[in-house]
This record gives sequence, structure tokens and C-alpha cells, in this order.
Amino acid sequence: MSNVSKKQHWWNNAQHRSLFFQLILVGLVVGFFWFIGSNTMANLEKRGISTGFGFLSMKSGFGILQSLIPYSESSTFGRTFVVGLLNTLLISVLGIFFATIIGFTMGVARLSSNWLVSRLAAVYIETFRNIPLLLQMFFWYFAVLRALPGPRQSWSAGDVAFLNIRGLYLPRPIFGDGFLMVVIAFLAGVLLTELLRRWAKRRQDQTGQQFTLLPVASGLLVGLPLLVFFLLGSPLTWDIPALKGFNFRGGMTIIPELTALLTAISIYTGTFIAEAVRSGILAVNPGQTEAASALGLHRSKVLKLVVIPQALRVIIPQLTSQYLNLVKNSSLATAIGYPDLVAVFAGTTLNQTGQAIEIIAMTMGVYLFISLTISGFMNWYNKKMMMVER
Amino acid sequence: MKKLTLPIVATAAALVFAAAFTQASTKEEVTKRGVFNCGVSTGLPGFSIADEKGVWAGIDVDVCKAIAAATLGDASKIKYIPLNAKERFTALQSGEIDALVRGTTWTLTRDTSLGLNFTGVNYYDGQGFLVSKKLGVKSALELDGAAVCIQSGTTTELNLADYFKENNMSYKAVVFDTHDATAKAFDNGRCDVLTSDQSQLYGLRTHLSKPEDAVVLPEVISKEPLGPVVRQGDDAWFNIVKWSLNAMIQAEELGITQANVDEMKASSKSPAVRRLLGLEGIAGKGLGLNDDWAYQIIKQVGNYGEVFERNVGTGSPLKIERGLNALWNKGGIMYTPPLR
Repeated sequence: MSNVSKKQHWWNNAQHRSLFFQLILVGLVVGFFWFIGSNTMANLEKRGISTGFGFLSMKSGFGILQSLIPYSESSTFGRTFVVGLLNTLLISVLGIFFATIIGFTMGVARLSSNWLVSRLAAVYIETFRNIPLLLQMFFWYFAVLRALPGPRQSWSAGDVAFLNIRGLYLPRPIFGDGFLMVVIAFLAGVLLTELLRRWAKRRQDQTGQQFTLLPVASGLLVGLPLLVFFLLGSPLTWDIPALKGFNFRGGMTIIPELTALLTAISIYTGTFIAEAVRSGILAVNPGQTEAASALGLHRSKVLKLVVIPQALRVIIPQLTSQYLNLVKNSSLATAIGYPDLVAVFAGTTLNQTGQAIEIIAMTMGVYLFISLTISGFMNWYNKKMMMVER
Repeated sequence: MKKLTLPIVATAAALVFAAAFTQASTKEEVTKRGVFNCGVSTGLPGFSIADEKGVWAGIDVDVCKAIAAATLGDASKIKYIPLNAKERFTALQSGEIDALVRGTTWTLTRDTSLGLNFTGVNYYDGQGFLVSKKLGVKSALELDGAAVCIQSGTTTELNLADYFKENNMSYKAVVFDTHDATAKAFDNGRCDVLTSDQSQLYGLRTHLSKPEDAVVLPEVISKEPLGPVVRQGDDAWFNIVKWSLNAMIQAEELGITQANVDEMKASSKSPAVRRLLGLEGIAGKGLGLNDDWAYQIIKQVGNYGEVFERNVGTGSPLKIERGLNALWNKGGIMYTPPLR
């Protein structure tokens, strides 16, 4: 029988065969996409619809409410893409930050032994988790913010900050010469604190003596930059907003669309994160807590050293999904006039140029890229927090 | 976003998979289907709006009806498809609608790069400003620094930028995707100004909580010829839509109304009237329609003047003057090539 296997033809070889079928599959997939691509182009051309990315360098000619980079009506469509993208990133980062804080607080609160605290957290979670996000956005934007006064009746804080229905107007810092030194001092403070922390940890490992880091660290992080700041003669002035004509000019503005969107999206996503946190904490065997307490660890140490590291393993994968949802939900911004990527680029720009295929493809590409980045980072973090089996 | 997705997916699918087969003619499709799919606005008083029973009315809706009367002989065989400004062109390109009659401004870019054709003008409009009386503003030139509410995806956004730049003024644009949200934000005091085509401002004003507190400024900052739009490359259908509108204008010029059309048909000796009503001349042959196509339009919908007065003019709550939309021989610019 062994003779037969030696004489086996190359096309009967299992490895060759699998390679052959894989090549056919790849060929079919490539061919399919090539067919789609060329067919689309041909049809677009036949219908007289413009194609290509040339529009990105054309003048946009419309205004955008909020821009993190310099933008005017004479900027290009390409720049509207960047402006929209940055606005989307801004709401995503802020949303993730606040949703995480709200979620962890409420998740822990729901497990509290205090009846009132845990009931309040439960009411919050069950209410906001079960109302559609879009309705919540309309609620914050059209109902809650409506209570704010008009520009001429603004609420002011010491005549430097103002709040009205058009937004929150704050003084804008103008950095003078030498402010860079203050930044350097701060960075030096961060570096020194980190070195100190490592030294303290090493000493504790070796001798068991603990070192209270907080007073020294706050001195380094706050005191040092402040000292440099005053030694240099306060190189910082403020541009204070003032009412001119219809609206406030100068300073910086936090637009109400951002506030409403951020509030809605953080509170909504916060509920899901709270549930993830609760499930993570409940997943840690109570025996672990009891064992740690039996060793004489303080309650806060039990949480920090025993419960949370194990809970995180359960929490992180769910957290990743919630962060991804938050980023994608931020595209609802268009309903309340916040100029995010979908409102600006897939909205106004699409309509002014009519190049739906290119613009939707770019927009989808951006969301895909942001989502993959977040999940890549979270996977890395998850791996880091995973149980090290011994 | 949700509303936008469907037409875009449809277009993409159509463009991606439609192999190089020749597109069936729209007229044949409409006749076979027995229903004309007309793209209208999501609700703009006087132009296209559905009442509480779901019955559509407005000057744009009447153009839809005229096209259906000419093509199918029945002005009621229409499916109205409400679209916002962002969705409208994609819906037409993808074939979801047969014609778009939704206060769409005729511009060079739209006519040439979207694969669409404008068939004429059913309302000559211009962009204006609505402000709160409390501001005490008398002219648009006093609007420096104002916050302005606009609907996205319109020529309005571009005109606004041009106007403020030309006059060295600054502004903050707050952009919404429906008329409703735009008006609500203005009502709440988010903006000092609401800008849109003047005809729309009168309509939107009736939706404010206190319409009498808002006033339309005298300045008109742009030309906004609004008209029906069809897909490029289907000339037979393009002709039908174009001449359906022209027939309404011609009827007004000849004094034929919904009320007297039967009498005119029976007894008029005027060659022009007889030609329009299909008793003489080329009648429906060139368009591939029945000879009484124009008669059906007038009988079922009315002439342009009647349509105007009923929807936006003195017979409506909007009370807009004819102005530019009067016939060319009555001080306006509404004009049709001869129907002969």
C-alpha cells in the first residue's frame, strides 16, 4: 500500500488541493469586487453623475457652527471632512470619558448596601436604558435647554462667564511668552512623581515600609508649575466674552448642541456601563472578598487589590461594545444640529456635491477605522488585565 | 440618518448591480405600474403638506397631479414620497421616485453633475430672513453676528455665506435636517434669524408658537427658481413633465379654468384653445400621450393661476402676492413656449 501513496499524483495531494481551492476562492472574491467596482463606475458615467475625489479640493462655501481647526466659507470640501471628523472625535472622547465615570459610579452604587443609594441607581439605570436615545436628545435639547434665558438676560458668573440659550461663554486663555516654561515645569513634576512612586514601591517591597505619596506628589504637580508661573510674572491673560450686538463675542463658546448631545449620550451609555460593572463585580466570588478581609485588609484595599482586578476581566469586553456603540450613536447628532461628520460631510457636503458614493464610503471608512482602533486598544488592555495562570 | 440610508443603499445597489442593461423608459414603467411616484417635501405649507387625513395638497403636489393626469388620465393615481433636502436627489437617482417636485432650486451644478435634469420652473422664489420683532431689526444688513437657523442640504446655506461675506458680516449657522426642527430651534430662541426661501418663511411662520411676533425682512438675497426634476437620459419622460407644467401656464394665459374647460372644449373657436385641448394640431402625438392630456390636467387640477391662488395665494393662509409668478403679460415672468 505504501507504494500507492508514493505514486500519488500531485493533484491528489491534500495540501495542493486545499491551496488550489483557496486560490479559486480568492480569485472569485477579487473578481466579484472588480466587477462591482467597474460596473458602478460605468453606470455612474452613463447616468452623467460626477465621480472621483476631485471635489475635495473645491471651495465649500458654507459655514460650520463649531470647528476645532481654523475654518471659513472659503475652505475646501476636504477641510469640511476634517472639521466634521474632529467634531465626531470630540464628542466620542468626551462621551466615553463621562459615560465611564457615570457608569462605574452607578454600577457600584446599585450594589451599595445603602437602600436609598441602590434604589436611586436602579431607577436611573432602568429609566434611561429604556428610552430611545433620539428622544432623550430631543428632551435635553428642545425641552431642558429651552429654559435658559436669551443672550441679553444671560446668567453671568462674575461678569467673565455667561450662560444663555446660545451656549456657555467662557474666557479664553491667551498664553504669553514664557508660558512654555510652566508646561515644562508641569511635565518635570509628572516625571518626578513617577520616579518617586517607583522608589516608594521598591522600598515597600524590600522593607515593608509605606510611603504616603499624596502630599509630595501634589506639591510637585501643582506647586512647582505655580511657582514657575509666578516667578515669570504670570504670562497668561484672558480674552473675556462681551455682549456685542445680538451675541457674545470673544472668549470661547460651548455650544448647546454639544451640551445636549453629550448629556444624552453619556447618560444613556452610562446605564449600560453601570450594568456591565455590576455584572463584573457580582462575578467575583464572595469568598475572595471574605478571604481578603480575613487577611486583615482594609475595605478599600479589598476592592482595589482583589475585587476590581478580577471584575475588570468581565467588564472590559462589554465596555468595548459600549464604547463602540457610543461612537456610532454620536451620528444622531445631526437631528439636533451638532456639526459632526454625518451632519457636515455626509449631510451638507454630500448635498452640495451630490457625490453620494464617495462621501458615504469615506464616512463609513472613518467609523470603521475609529471602531477598529477602539476595539484594538481595548483588546490590548483586556489581554493585559487577563488572569496570569500559574 | 435612518431615512437617508434607504435611498442611498438603493442607489448604491442599483449602480453596483444594474449591469449595462438599457433602462426601461419611465413613462412605460409608470403606465405599467398604474401609479406615479412623486417625491415631495416632508411638510411645507402651501407647497406640499399632508393634512390630518393624509391628503396631500400644495402647489408642488398639484404639479405631481398634473403629470399623473397627463400620463395616466387620473390625477389621483399618485404615491407621494416625502423626502428631506438631503435625501431628494438620491431618491430620484435610484429610481425610488419618477419625478421630484419639492421646491428644488435649479442650479448649474445640480443640472450638470447629478445625472438629473430640471424641466422648468413652477415657482420663482428668493431667499429671505425671518426675525423676531423683539430684535428691532429693519434690514438684513443689521444682522452682523447673528445666529442663523437653516435647513441642511439646501442652496440656502451657500447664499447665506455669500451674503454675509459680501457685506463683511459674521454669523453662526445652526443647521438642522428638517423644516420642523429648524422652526422649533428658532422658536426656542436658539437663533436670531431663520433663513430660507421667502415662500417657505411665510409657511414656517404659521407654525411658530406666536406667529405675530416674527417678521419677514424685505431683502431677497438670491434667485431661487424652483421646479420639477427628472433623471437625465430619458427624454420622452423629460418632455412629458416639462409640458405638463407648460400646459397649466398656457391654460391660464388662454383663460381656460377648471370650471369652464368643458364649455371651451365644446364651443371655443379659438385655434390656440382648440390646440391646447387636443382638438387640432399635434395634440398628444409628440409626447406619446392621449390627445386630451392637457384637457385632463385642466379638468382635474386647474390652470396655473388657480393652483397658485388655491395653495399659496389669496385663497390660502399664506396670502403670497403673485409678484414674479404672475404671467409674463401681467407683470411677472411666468412664460411658456407656444403649444403648437
